[in-house]
Formats: sequence, structure tokens, C-alpha cells
Amino acid sequence: MSQATTVEREEGFLDRVSDFLLARPKVFTVLLLLPPLLWIGVVYVGSLFALLLQSFYSLDDYSGLIVHQFTLATYAQLLETANLQIIFRTVAMSALVTLACAVIAFPIAYYAARYARGWTKALFYLAVMMPLWSSYLVKVYAWKLILAKEGIITWIAKGLHLSWLLDRILALPTIGGPSLSFSYIGTFLVFVYIWIPYMILPIQAALERVPSNYIEASADLGAEPRQTFWTVIFPLALPGIIAGSIFTFSLTLGDYIVPTIVGNSRLMIGQAVYTLQGTAGNVPLAAAFTVVPMVIMGFYLWMAKRMGAFDVL
Amino acid sequence: MSSAVSFRNVSRRFGSVRAVDGVTLDIKEGEFFAMLGPSGSGKTTCLRLIAGFEQPDEGHIEIFGETAEGVPPYKRNVNTVFQDYALFPHMTVGENVAYGLRIKGVARADREAKAREALAMVKLAKYEGRRPSQLSGGQRQRVALARALVNGPKVLLLDEPLGALDLKLREQMQEELKALQKTLGITFVFVTHDQGEALSMADRVAIFNDGKIVQVGVPTDVYERPQSRFVADFVGSSNVLSPSFASHHGGAAKWTSLRPEKVGVYAPSTAAPAQNAHADGEIKMISYQGSVTRFSVAIENARITAEVPAGGPGFEQGDKVRLIWPRTAMVTMEDA
Repeated sequence: MSQATTVEREEGFLDRVSDFLLARPKVFTVLLLLPPLLWIGVVYVGSLFALLLQSFYSLDDYSGLIVHQFTLATYAQLLETANLQIIFRTVAMSALVTLACAVIAFPIAYYAARYARGWTKALFYLAVMMPLWSSYLVKVYAWKLILAKEGIITWIAKGLHLSWLLDRILALPTIGGPSLSFSYIGTFLVFVYIWIPYMILPIQAALERVPSNYIEASADLGAEPRQTFWTVIFPLALPGIIAGSIFTFSLTLGDYIVPTIVGNSRLMIGQAVYTLQGTAGNVPLAAAFTVVPMVIMGFYLWMAKRMGAFDVL
Repeated sequence: MSSAVSFRNVSRRFGSVRAVDGVTLDIKEGEFFAMLGPSGSGKTTCLRLIAGFEQPDEGHIEIFGETAEGVPPYKRNVNTVFQDYALFPHMTVGENVAYGLRIKGVARADREAKAREALAMVKLAKYEGRRPSQLSGGQRQRVALARALVNGPKVLLLDEPLGALDLKLREQMQEELKALQKTLGITFVFVTHDQGEALSMADRVAIFNDGKIVQVGVPTDVYERPQSRFVADFVGSSNVLSPSFASHHGGAAKWTSLRPEKVGVYAPSTAAPAQNAHADGEIKMISYQGSVTRFSVAIENARITAEVPAGGPGFEQGDKVRLIWPRTAMVTMEDA
């Protein structure tokens, strides 16, 4: 008898809900998308919009109060020499950091994508990801010690009788300084270190998708390895390089901790925003400054698209 | 005699596996040569050895009389049509075809004209502006062919080029490839696991098994006179008769191959003509294949398959029949 009985399924509340949703896939999709859409729409885009709005207000120089009236005066302030210098300095630093990251990351990513197998691949991921597990602040302070006048680099240079070289590098105009930790060179080195995983991983992902028979086909058609690199591998890795450069470029554009801890006292955009909205209480100008990286990134992506960097995608 | 490609005792190992094991081979200039074998038999590795993607561990390879060992692919006058075409996705069809010429430094207008010519040859004129992703499988195949041929190779290597195409397209491409090879007069080396393709297209066929060549010959030779059970089984289907069965039914006391289409199915006690052998048995299975009907007949403790053209005798399963075949159809083989 027990074999023949079918179990009568009890209809609970959740059963009815799932039956209802199964019959109405559109309702289901809306329910799934609602929380993230609310988050992105209200919290993210909303606050971005509020920020944008702030940049069209201005600060009354005498009272120090924000004048809630539409004006382009704050943006005009951005064009003052001191502010333009901040923007130029930050963009130049970001561009150089991005370039250095790309040059250093490419061979690493290439090795990982083409040659690393099994445990070497695991080691690669560990080596690239592990720095991301430790605190950003700890890493930057560690670099401050490494680069300091009493730090390990000075010590090694002394041991190798290369102190003269270090001194000569520090004596360079603009990028030099009293020590590496108080120079643009130091800021640059720390930025490259901090952001390089964000360059390696997208390039590696792009190279993984280049089948080895493209490289064989290129060689088969007479291309030497160098020609194959520039005509096949590099163009196909370009979307990955662009993706990586979006990370390194925008992260450097907006960062204020690295230049505060390692570097000379000249401001970058992030620091300008920090001081303007804090001690100075000039939220409109701070907002206008934050719009700058957004505009630059928008322009950068537009250029990349025009140059066909995403055609392969 | 002039060899386009010659292998002398060539071996290629991957770890402990001998992918190619002591292969000696001569491919004549201007011939359509097929390398046939199951997957993992070493045929593709042989092709890659000719292309230069692999280097031999032992032995000697010559391409048109020149030593090939140590010569990288980009310095060899051979071109390859890859199994999955390997068209560059970031270039247009025209740029793909012109790639080899661009690498050689041919001027733009010149190479574009030659690329258009090559595309016209494979019946893809006016396609040069498209991307490979906008083409069908058969069209990509043609682009890959044009891209290889535009360089004027001395040897064209084709790695299972028709494998990804559907039957109709494959048959059409087989004819076109054959015709193309005839007009161009280039040596074609063609790797396939499809025996029908190899037999219908090639001037000569090499059959690979386990890294070794087990038989080389013209298609009729390979099909009609297999030298081993492996070849008899792999090239078409075959009845493999044991030495004792063969000697009792008009053959020699050796392992013997008998092609199913050579065997006729008749009513019992039909008189066999002179120079024919016969055996009596019972039909165990009939399988209708359209153009032919296949009978599986139990004789003593053996099974013989006979293939009879459609519209043949109307036997049914369980019928007693007599199988009759010409003695010349019994081909003795060297090994079991």
C-alpha cells in the first residue's frame, strides 16, 4: 500500500508565491532588479547629481556661506592658474602612472596568460592579488619608510656606492626633492605599486582570449615574433589595456592619500577636494573639482572608442 | 625524383607520448596528399612539423630539398589553412587576406588588388570589407584558403579544413578544393579523419595509427588492398576473416579482408560461378541505408556483412541464404 500512495503536496505561502512568480516572469525580473536599480538610481546617480548641482553654486567670499543661485563662477575659478596647475599636475601624474603600469603589467600578464599553468598560475594570482588584501594605508606608510631619507633605498644605494646616483636623481628639477618620500618620483612609484594589479588582471583576461592559433597563423603568414606582437597580439590585448588604464587613470586622478603621505606639498585634485570641502568649507569649488576627473574620463573613453580600441569586443 | 616534403625517421615526443614515431614519408611535388587517421594518431603533428610549429626530436625533414629543422614557421614557404580558420577578428576579410603580403612589405594598392583577386578565386569577391564574424562557416573557410594561397606557397597545408562544415557544403568544398589544386598545381597536404574525404580527393593517402604510418598508396590501393586489419577497418568497413575461415572459403590461411559490397546475397544452393567463393548462413540483421541494404549474416562462428544495392533480393531476418563473392575480393593482410 505504501508504494502506491502519492504524497499530497501542501500548499504553503512560499509555494504560492513561487507559483505566482513562475507564471509571471516579468514581475519576477522587476522584483529582482528593483533593489539594485534603487541603489544605483537613487543613492549613486542621485548623489552624483546633487554633487553636480553644488558645483553650480558659489561661495560668498565675505560671509563664507554658500550662495544657492545658479552660476558658472565656480567653474571660472577652476581656470585660475593655481587650480589649472593642480589639474595639470594630476593629469600628468595619472597619465605617467598609467603608462608605467601598462609597460610593467604587460609582460607579467602575457606570461600568466600564455605560459603559466597549474601551480605557476596559482602563484601568479596570489602574487598579484595578495597586495590587495592588506590595508591601503599600511602599504602607503610602508612605502614612506622605504623611500625615506633613512630608508632602505638610501641604505642600499650607500652599500652599492651609488649614493651619488640617488643624489643626482633627487637633484632633478621638479620631480626631485629632499628625499624620495618628498618627491614626485616617490608619489609616482607608490601609485604604480598600488594600482598595478588593476592593470595586470584586465590585460591577462584579454590575452587569455587570444587563441594560440592566431599567433601560429601570423607566423605561418611570414610574420616574425615582433611583427606578430604589433599586428595581432597588441591590438587584441588593447581592450584589456584600455580597461586597465581606466582603473589606473581614474584611481590616480581621484586619490588624495598617496600624495598626502608620500610626496611634496603641492596639491593634486583629490587633496584639493579634501581641503576645499573640509577646512575651507568651499563645497561648490570642491564639487567643481570632482567634475574634472569625470569629464577627463569621459573624454578618454570617447577617444579610445574613436580609435577603435573596443572594436574586437 | 623531386619531393616536396620528405620525412626521414622523424619522431616527436610530448612528455612520454610519442606523437610521431619514426615516420618516413615522401610527398611528391604537385600532388594532393592526404594524411588519414583517427584522432591522436600523429597526422596533425606531422602537418605541424611541416609548418614549423613543431620541431622534430629525431630524424630529418626536408622541404623542397632544404633542411627544415630549426627553421621557424615565418621563414618557410608553406602556408596553413587552420582547422578553425584562425582568421584575425580585428581585421576585415580583405586585411586578413592581405596580411601575408603586408608583412612582406608589399605596397598597399598592390596587396589590396592581389587580395581581391584571391577572394575572387574562392568566390568571395566584394566581401573584403566585412569582418570575419559576419561570415558563415563556409565563407570563413574560403577566406582562410585565400589568405594562405595569396602568398603563393610551395606547399599548402590543410588541417581538417572541412570538419566544421555541414555535409552539403563539405561535398561542394571537396570538389572545389580538388579543382583548385589542379589549376594551381601546388602541393596540397590535407589532414583528415574522414576516410571518404581522403579517398575522394587525394592522389595518395597515408594512413596513420599510433604515431606511425601503416600504409601509403593511391586511394584504390589503400581501399582494395589493405595491408593490415587496422587499415581494413579504418578505411571503409570490412569483413576481417580469420586464417582458418579464409582457407575454408577459397582463400589463403591468412588474415583476410573482404569488402561488404563485394559480397552478394542469394537463395540457398544457388550455384556459385567459377572463381567465386561461397558460404551458407542465416540473416541476423538487416539494415536499410537508402542506396544500399546491409545484411549481417551468421556463418559458422563468424559474422559477415554484405552490402547490396537498393532494389536487391527481398530477404527477411532469419532467412537462410548463400553468400557469394569473387575470390579476387579476398585480400590477405600482413598482420592480425
